[in-house]
Amino acid sequence: MNLPAQFLRFVTGSVRIVLRGNALYWTWISALLVTIAVGVFAYVHQMQTGLISTSMRDQVSWAFYIGNFTFLVGVAAAAVLLVIPAYVYNWKPIKEVVILGELLAIAAITMCALFVLVDVGHPDRLQHLMPGIGKLNLPSSLLAWDVVVLNGYLLLNFTIVTYLLFMLVRGKHPNYAIFTPLVLLSIPWAIGIHTVTAFLYNGLAARPFWNSAILAPRFIASALCSGPAVLLVLMQLLRRFTRFEIQDAAIWKIAELMAYAMAVNLFLLGAEVFKEFYSGTEHVIHMQYMFTGVNGHSAIVPFMWIAVACSIIAFLLFLVPKTRKNPITLNIGCLLIYSGVYIEKGMGLVIPGMTPDTLGEIYEYQPSSTELMVAAGVFAVGFLLFTLMVKVATPIMLGEFRVADEEHGHAKTAAA
Amino acid sequence: MNAPETTRRDLLCTLAGCAAAAVAGGCSDFTHTEFFRSHFKELSEDELTAIREKIEAECKTKYDKDVTVSNTPAREGVQFAYALDISRCVGCRRCVYACVAENNQSRDPVVQWIRVLEMDKEKGIDFEHANPYYDAETVPRPGHFYLPVACQHCADPACVKSCPVGATWKEPDGIVVIDYDWCIGCRCCMSACPYGARRFNWKDPSLPADQVNANMHILGNRPRPKGVVEKCTWCVQRVRDGRYPACVEVCPVGARKFGNLLDPSSEIRYVLDKKRVFVLKNELATHPRFYYFYGL
Repeated sequence: MNLPAQFLRFVTGSVRIVLRGNALYWTWISALLVTIAVGVFAYVHQMQTGLISTSMRDQVSWAFYIGNFTFLVGVAAAAVLLVIPAYVYNWKPIKEVVILGELLAIAAITMCALFVLVDVGHPDRLQHLMPGIGKLNLPSSLLAWDVVVLNGYLLLNFTIVTYLLFMLVRGKHPNYAIFTPLVLLSIPWAIGIHTVTAFLYNGLAARPFWNSAILAPRFIASALCSGPAVLLVLMQLLRRFTRFEIQDAAIWKIAELMAYAMAVNLFLLGAEVFKEFYSGTEHVIHMQYMFTGVNGHSAIVPFMWIAVACSIIAFLLFLVPKTRKNPITLNIGCLLIYSGVYIEKGMGLVIPGMTPDTLGEIYEYQPSSTELMVAAGVFAVGFLLFTLMVKVATPIMLGEFRVADEEHGHAKTAAA
Repeated sequence: MNAPETTRRDLLCTLAGCAAAAVAGGCSDFTHTEFFRSHFKELSEDELTAIREKIEAECKTKYDKDVTVSNTPAREGVQFAYALDISRCVGCRRCVYACVAENNQSRDPVVQWIRVLEMDKEKGIDFEHANPYYDAETVPRPGHFYLPVACQHCADPACVKSCPVGATWKEPDGIVVIDYDWCIGCRCCMSACPYGARRFNWKDPSLPADQVNANMHILGNRPRPKGVVEKCTWCVQRVRDGRYPACVEVCPVGARKFGNLLDPSSEIRYVLDKKRVFVLKNELATHPRFYYFYGL
């Protein structure tokens, strides 16, 4: 059987796996599809009325969508960075860690692209970003750089995962001369996407809240908290529901590394808070808006304190070996750190950066129902994509789904 | 355009255009000429004329009015600059309204390119305590002074740098312009602008037919669609024909000065020579071409 035919079998086999599942699986898929429908409905409404159906205005011209975008770039980056400890500590399921991480990265980057898409006023003009047809403003525009690195990252991860799964499905080992350099390239690239995204804000001298040199390091540190949290939960789920073997040691080690990342994240936040409040220049007002409110404008304050509390509690849970190794406290910690970073990046970065605006006006932003519905839809697309990809990848990794040479009589396609 | 070219474009349109249109959802007037249009600076004379005539025809349909959309380019040897005498400004906002009328800004939602900030004399220029929404029977109010702010037409504009598609740029005469047909509406420029000068069309701008200013410039006051950014152009449709911007003309106290920096006899040169001027947020090194001074 030639390669294209095998690839076709790989694709059709994958579709068959995706279409087979128990009641729990279909409930989950249906819930996601319903959420996507809600999101599409809200987005059509937004396209018809204009972005006026969001709560964004000239004073706060980027908000919830771009906050979610930023958060998800972090998830995408951190998922791949997990490859580093996998190599360093030489874990047994190294291929699996790579695959899951990169699948998560693909889903996260897809959500990033969708969040940018729903945020722009003219999605029908995105071809202006394409070299040839359009005019990508390189090297000066950071958003142009972001478009390049994010698309490159998506392509890179998609290539690695497809290649690896296709080799495994044929019962072969990947060609390490190709595979290893690609995986190694994806590591600095992961740092790159989050750095460029940080620079998108960082480079704006007009916004003192973002114009801080530790913004990119803070982005990386917080990403190393939230990204692995998703994978930790996922690994436990796979271990429970499939024949997947993941040692406790690997999970504990990830949790330990996350504790260090959390410490760095909190330290950098502290450094930022100190600088702003102690020097007390006019720039402190953004921090004040975030943590204390300004002139009675305090819509965001409770969220920020919840985020800080989540981050500190999660840090303690991950720091103490006993709670880190207890599955209950471990998962509570994962949930807390994920929520903490989500609030910090989703609301706490973008909105205070724009409040008050450059001429001192305070417009209190809170996401509109349209924004919430569209965002839910985007997340549902990401979850759906991730679910389907993991559903296909799992039996391949477990060796239950193989496309073998028919002449040898080993053809077997089975689903988990 | 020859025949095979048309066929190829049509085919590409069917593929790419449909995909993009599907994504765009509510976006109307989607044609393949627009999809494959070149960047403004690379448009041929014919293409430009076609675009201008299309806008004129659209205005005729929409407002039943004969409008002229010009494309007057920057003149050689002209570098525009602006100066505003803070000690004369009384905060009457006539500039704001004249600007809205001249530049066909949306009446609902209200879009204004000039923001007049009321400030306390005690505090000096302090944005944190500025009030853009002052509502007074008579101005100036005791104890206050007024600081009108619009696009500063910086020599090193942060907005231009940030735009991912080059939809905004600085013209040879110093005016920072936007191509409303090229802008993707990402609002990077709004985040980058230190002066809050840029406005986004959050919904379809509305403009009563009897209030349309028929003298339009393609990069200036011609009607804008929803989903794009706009801002002050120093009335590009007027100043390139040797007229003053509307705000300069309307100012009842003569606080606003405008002219060619390269002309030694211009009023703007007089101000720069004789007065002590300053720019807003000097520390950001955007080098505004909009100077403020205390003339009295």
